Amino acid sequence: MQLGKGMVSTAEIFLLTLVFSLPLGLLVSFGRMSKNGLVSGLSKFYISVMRGTPLMLQLLVVYFAPFYLFGLNLRGYRFPAIILAFSINYAAYFAEIYRGGIASMAAGQYEAAKVLGYNRFQTFFKIILPQVLKRILPSITNETITLVKDTSLAFVLAHAEMFTMAKQIAAKETSMVPLMVAGLFYYLFNFVVAFVMEQIEKSMNYYR
Amino acid sequence: MEKSTRVFLEINHMSKGFGGLDVIRDISLSVKEGEVISIIGPSGSGKSTLLRCATMLEKMDGGELSYLGEKAAWQEGGRCVYAGKSKLKEIRKNFGLVFQNFNLFPHYSVMKNITDAPTSVDGVPQKEAKERALSLLSQLGLSDKADAYPYQLSGGQQQRVSIARALALQPKILFFDEPTSALDPELTGEVLKVIKQLAREHMTMIIVTHEMQFARELSDRIIFMEQGVIQAEGTPEEIFASDKERVRAFMGKFQV
Repeated sequence: MQLGKGMVSTAEIFLLTLVFSLPLGLLVSFGRMSKNGLVSGLSKFYISVMRGTPLMLQLLVVYFAPFYLFGLNLRGYRFPAIILAFSINYAAYFAEIYRGGIASMAAGQYEAAKVLGYNRFQTFFKIILPQVLKRILPSITNETITLVKDTSLAFVLAHAEMFTMAKQIAAKETSMVPLMVAGLFYYLFNFVVAFVMEQIEKSMNYYR
Repeated sequence: MEKSTRVFLEINHMSKGFGGLDVIRDISLSVKEGEVISIIGPSGSGKSTLLRCATMLEKMDGGELSYLGEKAAWQEGGRCVYAGKSKLKEIRKNFGLVFQNFNLFPHYSVMKNITDAPTSVDGVPQKEAKERALSLLSQLGLSDKADAYPYQLSGGQQQRVSIARALALQPKILFFDEPTSALDPELTGEVLKVIKQLAREHMTMIIVTHEMQFARELSDRIIFMEQGVIQAEGTPEEIFASDKERVRAFMGKFQV
């Protein structure tokens, strides 16, 4: 069935968005926490725009901006545009999650690391970040589950992901079944996501 | 035992304030190799701030700080200037600090807590770091805890691990910031025992503490601080027999 192709496409959007937005979010959170007023101000503005406007609108803007602003007619830009829009949107949410997690770390961890001679890079990546990840994992899981469902918004760019396909087939066959199947697919996808995240959480349970 | 006269730590005219409040006022202190110094005094007297400035967790507003003759900070043009980053890194290797609430790394096993800094900061080979750690653990009575995680240990055990972690970097001076204040009397005993053992091995130590009896038994010198200044300084005998009104009043509260 055509729905199968849609499923693959949905999974692609989901995975690629995570791959790009998780690290990008960390960068944005650094910017947000920067002592440089310009950097932190810009990051704050970025986050506020990304969170304050609809993702659907962002998808449209990212896709059509090259043409309307620069007159560029990019071939094959549809899929990259979707990934770009999702990534920059989710990065904003992830940035705030990281920031909360980093702020919740006790100063003592930084001080101990400093006295022991760790440099800033080592302190962050060896001491702070692993503990932050453990703390923020439930929030990351939430966002990740939302992302699975948000992939359906790619239909505004007529991308043949799961939801778009289901809608087309449903219209063609005047049947609700494709939509039901799509719904079931989203549910199962998220069931797997939740299960995987739970396993990751468990793997971090060796310490408190 | 003959004591060397090498000066390990020298503080001159240290001052430090927080938001207009002077916490440290013109403190000078010199610590020689092998000396054990206890800093006592009421809460808010500036003891911990002194320690935090000495260990460079806090920047002083004025004064000089040097370790083994190497200047970490000095006065220049009426301001306190710190040495460059790499110089400070070298200077930091001279001392270790044991915190009141341990500050162990919870996601690392006891072994990794002790070996990680030597291997990733000092470049000590993994095997050697591990040997060092095992010998420290046996010395501190924690041989069976190498694979445990901090949350599985009692407070006293955690504090001993944090002492091992500091010692693994082979510092010349060890600072203690109220090392037993977070522990009950029983656990306090096991930590004090370890510190006494270190004193017997002539480790140079500066200890901020509320354990008067311990300070008395162990210290070569006791410093009594109040309101950001050293009110009295001397051997335990001198301090405990002080004729200064304020020192007597403070001590009196601890004498049973």
